[in-house]
Amino acid sequence: MDLNYSQEETKFREEVHHWLKINLPEDIRQKVIGYQELTKEDYQRWHKILAAKGWSVPHWPVEWGGTGWDMTQRYIYDEEFALAGAPRLPPFGPAMCAPVLLKFGTSAQKEQFLPRIREGDDFWVQGYSEPGAGSDLAAVKTRAERVGDHYVINGQKIWTTLGQHGDWIFCLVRTDPQAEKRQEGISFILMNMKTPGITVRPLILMDGGHEVNEIFFDNVKVPVQNLVFEENKGWTVAKYLLGHERMGSGSVGASRRELAALRTLAQRELKNGKPLIEDLRFKDKISRVEIELDALEITSMRFLDQMRRTGQAPGADVSMLKIRGTEVQQMITELAMQAAGPNAQPFVSVSNGVVDPFTSRLTPRYLNFRKASIYAGSNEIQRNIIAKMSLGL
Amino acid sequence: MNFELTQEQKQLADSVSKYLINEYSFEKRKAIISSESGVSAAAWQTFADMGLTAMTLSEADNGFGGGAIDLMAVMEAMGEALVVEPFLDNVGLAGRLVSRMGSDAQRAKLLPGLIDGSERLAFAYLEQGHRYQLAPQLTLAKSNAGAWVLNGRKCLVTGAASARHLLVSALTPQGASLFIVDTQAAGVELNPSRTVDGFRVADVAFSNVSLHADALLGDDGAAMPFIEEATDFATALLCAEAVGAMKSANDATLDYVKQRKQFGVPIASFQALQHRMVEMYITTEQARSMAILAASKVDDKTNASGRARAVSAAKIKIADAARLVSQESVQLHGGMGMTEELKVSHTFRRLTMIAQQFGDADHHLERYADLT
Repeated sequence: MDLNYSQEETKFREEVHHWLKINLPEDIRQKVIGYQELTKEDYQRWHKILAAKGWSVPHWPVEWGGTGWDMTQRYIYDEEFALAGAPRLPPFGPAMCAPVLLKFGTSAQKEQFLPRIREGDDFWVQGYSEPGAGSDLAAVKTRAERVGDHYVINGQKIWTTLGQHGDWIFCLVRTDPQAEKRQEGISFILMNMKTPGITVRPLILMDGGHEVNEIFFDNVKVPVQNLVFEENKGWTVAKYLLGHERMGSGSVGASRRELAALRTLAQRELKNGKPLIEDLRFKDKISRVEIELDALEITSMRFLDQMRRTGQAPGADVSMLKIRGTEVQQMITELAMQAAGPNAQPFVSVSNGVVDPFTSRLTPRYLNFRKASIYAGSNEIQRNIIAKMSLGL
Repeated sequence: MNFELTQEQKQLADSVSKYLINEYSFEKRKAIISSESGVSAAAWQTFADMGLTAMTLSEADNGFGGGAIDLMAVMEAMGEALVVEPFLDNVGLAGRLVSRMGSDAQRAKLLPGLIDGSERLAFAYLEQGHRYQLAPQLTLAKSNAGAWVLNGRKCLVTGAASARHLLVSALTPQGASLFIVDTQAAGVELNPSRTVDGFRVADVAFSNVSLHADALLGDDGAAMPFIEEATDFATALLCAEAVGAMKSANDATLDYVKQRKQFGVPIASFQALQHRMVEMYITTEQARSMAILAASKVDDKTNASGRARAVSAAKIKIADAARLVSQESVQLHGGMGMTEELKVSHTFRRLTMIAQQFGDADHHLERYADLT
């Protein structure tokens, strides 16, 4: 038993760390650590920098631009990025659409899309959820009707993260409403967002931010070449994607950075003339979060080690990283808001200048992060998965 | 990075586990607890024969020079079986203190017997009214013409009645010191009792106990760092034991809900219960991660504050987890979980006591914050 990274792994970590120090643009970093929204231009600028280094799609096969790193290196890379305050590239292109194309796409589809995803030329978004199909994804209703060499799409998607930036969207649509099993009438289709008939409508969340959208499809004509895999086999594709690597879902690196920021904040805030960090009640809360995070880090490393040894992902147990990881994130955002005290109250857009920009983002951050236990398979769905697969219930 | 146990570590734990399943079953354990001594001489001898008592002693003392990691899986097996032998007290505490502080003569006197199973020790350090404090305050030793006189009392000394010698922490004008005290010596009085979780303990009173100069273990006034280290080491082992007990509670609960039927279906089919069992499972895995961290840190001799911090962190996690898992396992067993008949109620008691042993969550939160 040895909990330390190997010498090569530590060297790799230093290399990533050093590279980030030089290449991560300071204005982007400031936005990330200050909890501000990034623009499409920010994401794309950062993507281009990574692509130039050959680091935009580490997990891809080497022939398509992957780095050939093993699981541990990829984990270290993610962790260093998070610690440094580098934005995570939106996963929809590189980590969601691309693995699907690599597994199920035609060579023409791969040639058309993969290089542009790698280079950050196209901004991809995900069209899965619908008003009536959230956790129960197989209930999707958005209809795709085959008309000649096109599909005609009608319906609606919701919760489309960064949909306002989308150049392309991959969607689960219903191609056979008559199918005996709901899962057998679904297809996986790619659409150019500039196609006539697509409307994006912002959904403003309680933090005031514009992060998610509704997307409406009104007789949208999509060439049949944009179907991925076979018609009515979209569920196979979706399942493959859901089972895809989720090792990063504990967000250990980001939580470490945010916990450090919380400590700094609690150092600065005074309670009865003394730093809040010395307050017993507050200290206990921070300690418990930190310990949960320590445990999460070791649990993640145990899974990594298991994958390294067996070549197998640890399956349903990975869901516990998502559950605990998001709980830790939410606890940190809540404590940060509490640490801000009365300064947590002013709403930033109408009270500019009353409190400093960082403090003013703490409550919106808390509000925003209630999403974490809801998205990417709600924590209740994750518990269902563990109950069924790990506990045999 | 490697979380796998070595072949030897696995084999050892397997043998211990097999032995315990056969010879320390729930029924046999009951008989042991209600026997006069409250411990099993046969089990102790087997532990010694398997090399468990020698595992973490140095090679110079004819031990195997192993660390907490080497005993981690063994402790887990002991936790599953709810072993009530004073193993932790001998191997984690007293034996370690003798081996690290003792002179050649003291080590030669006590350790061979510990290794071969013929001699047991107990560590007397808790004092009435001072909760989990390690530093002695109510037990005093005075130097008297090259010898010592010991006065005071200790409480909850696990395994005192089955031990021939006690290691007693006492305050001298130089500070906290440790003394080897024969349990039969004049002026030593044992008042034995049983804990909620089936361990034999004793309150021990010392009135004008005269000790030879060679009863002093290590230097006068220099015991605290050793006591702290040994307690951290034992706490790390206790954390591993707790993981085993939690696993036992979880397994029992899963089995139970799968066979217990109400409303015509196994109660395992109810989502309200499923999610609670998932929570127990995740909590146990997170606790296991912290137990691993603690074991690896107590084996790292180069970083004392890192060791203390990791052990306190682990103990906090274990205390919280033990509480959740034990309470939920009884709740999900329904009325049956309350009964003496089912093992789960015994696991409940053990986990409840583990949560407090060597300091509860609040105690360690304070220590953890001071070290941060």
